[in-house]
Amino acid sequence: MRKVLIVFAIAALAVIAGGLSASAADKLKVGFIYLGPVGDYGWTYQHEVGRLELVKALGDKIETTYLENVNEGPDAERAIEQLVRSGHKLIFTTSFGYMDATLKVARKYPDVHFEHATGFKRDKNMATYSARWYQGRYIQGTIAGKASKAGVLGYIGSFPIPEVVSGINATMLAAQKINPNIKVKVIWVNTWFDPGKEADAAKALLDQGADIVMQHTDSPAAVQVASERGALAFGQDSDMIKFGPKTQLTAIIDNWAPYYIQRVKEQLAGAWKSTDVWGGLKSKMFIMAPYTNMPDDIKRLASDTEAAVTEDRLHPFTCPILTQEGTTVECKGGTHLADEQILGMNFYVKGIDDKIPGK
Amino acid sequence: MGLLEAIILSVLAASTPLLLAAAGELVTERAGVLNLGVEGMMIMGAACGFAGAYLTGSTLLGAGVGIAAGTATSAIFAALTLGLAVNQVATGLALTILGIGLSGLIGAGFVGDRIVGAPHLHIPLLTDTPLIGRVLFGQDAFVYASVALVIAIWWFLHRTRAGLILRAIGDNHASAHALGYPVLKIRTLAVLFGGACAGLGGAYLPLAYTPFFIPGMTAGRGWIALALVVFASWRPMRLVVGAYLFGAVTILQLHAQGAGLGIPSQLMSSLPYLATVLVLVVISRARGTAGSAAPASLGAAFVPDR
Repeated sequence: MRKVLIVFAIAALAVIAGGLSASAADKLKVGFIYLGPVGDYGWTYQHEVGRLELVKALGDKIETTYLENVNEGPDAERAIEQLVRSGHKLIFTTSFGYMDATLKVARKYPDVHFEHATGFKRDKNMATYSARWYQGRYIQGTIAGKASKAGVLGYIGSFPIPEVVSGINATMLAAQKINPNIKVKVIWVNTWFDPGKEADAAKALLDQGADIVMQHTDSPAAVQVASERGALAFGQDSDMIKFGPKTQLTAIIDNWAPYYIQRVKEQLAGAWKSTDVWGGLKSKMFIMAPYTNMPDDIKRLASDTEAAVTEDRLHPFTCPILTQEGTTVECKGGTHLADEQILGMNFYVKGIDDKIPGK
Repeated sequence: MGLLEAIILSVLAASTPLLLAAAGELVTERAGVLNLGVEGMMIMGAACGFAGAYLTGSTLLGAGVGIAAGTATSAIFAALTLGLAVNQVATGLALTILGIGLSGLIGAGFVGDRIVGAPHLHIPLLTDTPLIGRVLFGQDAFVYASVALVIAIWWFLHRTRAGLILRAIGDNHASAHALGYPVLKIRTLAVLFGGACAGLGGAYLPLAYTPFFIPGMTAGRGWIALALVVFASWRPMRLVVGAYLFGAVTILQLHAQGAGLGIPSQLMSSLPYLATVLVLVVISRARGTAGSAAPASLGAAFVPDR
């Protein structure tokens, strides 16, 4: 048996090596590291959509590789390094948890360029990119505030990090403007991906009186549960209308392709620089799915809000902003909170009953 | 529908896949084989079960395909550990990795497709009884099957001669062999049965729990099923208590958060696991002899001398 295994292993290695040498043309090699499977129908799926668009646009000049299901631990470093060793010159690492691993490999290989999604550590050859999802959440809050008959919104949180907390706050601020008595119930599931648990949380929220569910986790479970119960919901990362044709109001759809194409073009032209890009509705880093399952007046309100946010006429975190305890938040960005305050948001705004875990 | 009823319904749904998979693993382990590949067999059952239900339009056929997939996956394990006496722990872990990868490949074409969830029983009057009606008479077939399965396993292990032989093999395969019992044959059957149950438990997820398939959707439930077998100290009836307790704590912590009880959610999320550890300690203290409930030959390879 052991002999058979060794033969298999050698055969497998030979195939891999053959594949590598055959592809060693002088095309630029671009690598991607994915957190989940490309078929997660959420976060990773959208990065894969971006990669495919990139291939469509520049396929004659580049060659792309992706590694999926890479854990956010020591595995990540090994995976990134593997891409470097196989000749990739531009590498996108697409999850927050890859931050330190990316930085470590970046310091080791100064002539390779790295792009890390949603992180805050940068270097000469390591750029970061992310999206202002709170803008989308603000539009969702506007819709929810108007569409909720019960006046209770259910929110499924993954982990209490600033990105998620600022999303909850943006939702609340928008919904409050429409309905000052609106309530947001938050349930933290402490996971990015567990369809069963996400479904359980959605059921619990609906059982406790919420009539609209929104989620900051990766599967379409919440949309599906809401559709089963005849409630309303928002999609996350991807358009999830398939899972609730009569349920989804809209969805925040990550749209990485334009960024990927632009960065690869810069790399090809030798003009790549380490940057910190935080794109929003204006640069189409994400887009809103069609507004569905709502009356025309809410549809119009949603489109108007989207236009106002896109054209910078309306900032979701316009001052004054009161915390849960009622103290006014310092307004570092002039008329609205500064980016750094949103990126590090660790407080709830007034009106949210939940307590941020660990605070 | 009252809140209490809603909570009980959610608990039953959350516990059923655990109970199904754990019941199969219990029989496997009672025969002396430790198959750590439950997660892999479950996810294979989920992917193939969904594919079956989607293509045929029938939940029942989907469940059948899920069972077949779980059984086929466990057959690989049986061939390696029983046929070639390969290390069971390593093979089980490898089986999980294989199952997760292969199921992703099989299910890739079905991601984003929807099916109608398993139908729920409805008996006029009975199902409409307040509070207990839907809990007792309004479940899907999987829930009833899981409870019936555990009772059948209890009866088999403790009331039949065949069950006695299976337990004897698990406790001392050398003696059982000396008495002329076909150790490897019975162990193979036990492993295949475990695979079938894990496949059914996995199929429950895309067929009834959340009616769609996504790679990795078992999300660690196979490991919890393994822990439940230990929690139940290898006794079928305790398995029911363990599975429902685990499900109850999982669901209750979500409700407590929604109600704004102000307990840190990280603590709440770890409660089911803390409860497992606590009960393990209590059980082993009460017995005074920790760990003695495990089948004595558990995990040991058996190579008959011919």
